Amino acid sequence: MTQTVSRPAGAPQAPLPLDVEAIRADFPILGRTVRNGRRLVYLDSGATSQKPRSVLDAERDFYENHNAAPHRGAHQLAEEATGLYEAARATIGAFIGAPENEIVFTRNTTDAINTVAYALSNAATAKEPAFRRYAVGQGDEIVVTEMEHHANLVPWQQLCERTGATLRWLGLTDDGRLDLANLATVVNDRTKLVAVTQQSNILGTINPLGDIVARAREVGALVLVDGAQSVPHQPVDVTALGADFLVFSGHKMLGPTGVGVLWGRYDVLDALPPFLTGGSMIEVVRMEGSTFMPPPQRFEAGVPMTAQVIGLGAAVEYLQRLGMDKVEAHEQALTGYALARLAEIPGVTVIGPPDTVARGGAVSFTVEGIHPHDVGQVLDDLGIAVRVGHHCAWPVVRRYGVPATTRATFYVHTGYDDIDALADGIRSAQQFFGVAAGGVS
Amino acid sequence: MQLQSMYQDIILDHYRNPHGRGLREPFEAEVHHVNPTCGDEVTLRVHLDGDTIADVSYEGMGCSISQASVSAMYDLVIGKTVPDALATGEHFRTLMQSKGDPAVAEKLEDELEDAVAFAGVSKYPARIKCALMSWMALKDASARAWSSAPAPTEGAQS
Repeated sequence: MTQTVSRPAGAPQAPLPLDVEAIRADFPILGRTVRNGRRLVYLDSGATSQKPRSVLDAERDFYENHNAAPHRGAHQLAEEATGLYEAARATIGAFIGAPENEIVFTRNTTDAINTVAYALSNAATAKEPAFRRYAVGQGDEIVVTEMEHHANLVPWQQLCERTGATLRWLGLTDDGRLDLANLATVVNDRTKLVAVTQQSNILGTINPLGDIVARAREVGALVLVDGAQSVPHQPVDVTALGADFLVFSGHKMLGPTGVGVLWGRYDVLDALPPFLTGGSMIEVVRMEGSTFMPPPQRFEAGVPMTAQVIGLGAAVEYLQRLGMDKVEAHEQALTGYALARLAEIPGVTVIGPPDTVARGGAVSFTVEGIHPHDVGQVLDDLGIAVRVGHHCAWPVVRRYGVPATTRATFYVHTGYDDIDALADGIRSAQQFFGVAAGGVS
Repeated sequence: MQLQSMYQDIILDHYRNPHGRGLREPFEAEVHHVNPTCGDEVTLRVHLDGDTIADVSYEGMGCSISQASVSAMYDLVIGKTVPDALATGEHFRTLMQSKGDPAVAEKLEDELEDAVAFAGVSKYPARIKCALMSWMALKDASARAWSSAPAPTEGAQS
């Protein structure tokens, strides 16, 4: 098996919106080789993205020159650390069109969703009457979709189990879209919150949030948008979104692990009780009881992930230099090219929308006669990193009747050459397992 | 190419033509095991004759490694006593933890027969769970069959 890369005959590809070679030079890890000297073809940014040097430098600079616990201490380092931490909050807020007091730092998307889910159940027993406004209990309903990542499904299942509320969901169509035919009945007067992803991590589908938000508004339900796969890849502005919460992870958008964001409308955040309690989130503590800070501090108990927040600020600045419009256009061009290249291979079936309309760059597929793990193993042997399995969205693979898929995801450093390597790698896997003609031998 | 060290012909043969596949009667215990990281699944039944494994029948879906492993296990454990089969399972686990050390594979060759071909899997940490899933299921099912049986060995011995 060799890594010669074949371009399809004919149509030369339009130049990509981003300068891939220049961008690759910013990512130290893309300079290494894997599996006996092969170039790393990283097609797993949907799981976690690689980090440009400016992000690594920002973290290192913080530890080498400014390290202290923010919002504590009366010394110069504490002042500098607080300044950098809060400046990053403002940068990250501006990136999604939000004021800084609506940005809560969490560990990741999962943590952000749990913060909301636990606030809704804690609300029922809150001592402070103002915290009971969004209490969820028996007779109430929470709505999700069949497309959700486990992180935007299991916390709501658990909320319903804790409170006696009912979980309902919107199903999927055969071509990988949300089935909104019964939106008006699934989202109804009993609905307290609708939790929906903006972009599917497995199908790539970009959802029509406008319709869902409009229906939720009619019935007075809150809307939480899972932006883990959208905020890194397309411009997102919370003032246009119309939702009440937007959650996303730093590590999927060129930032460090260990930091995520919960954006919430200030008046909504202000009416929610805390999830985690302890230091930094309190106003007054007495042995008999305590009162809490206003948002965002109310939801940031303990010394925060300061270096990671500062690193995420640097990642946002890197993306802003590229321009999110260009990032989106770049990935759309790559997605169109990938769908075309995969369509040329007999036996390969894409799970998800077949074209680039309302679709992001997560391309999941099956190869007839070869299990996704084995496809992934052959690709790995060629230096190509993909994700295999159910992608933390088990109901989705079950819905489409496959045990698992292989998934390629793209980002700012992805070029046509990476997708050519993927297509050739799939053919190599077919040869290796003797299913080259697209059927089982 | 490195891949051949894992995908030995013996493994691919077991994958394409699995031995003993299908769920059969009678059985004393049935278990369902999944590998939650990748969705591999196996349903496995054990039928004991006294303390001897008379049949292992199974259905499952998963990658070539998980499916070949259950087929090779079937060949190894039929006719063995439960303690002997579980001891073989421990040898297989040792092989999976060998990180590709040929000395370990050589030492276990007689004991593991075809299954020693899985030595190459031990170099790929993400795939070890695929190979071990069926052995975990066997251990679980044997324990249940053993405890549900009306003390057959004692009866035979007394």
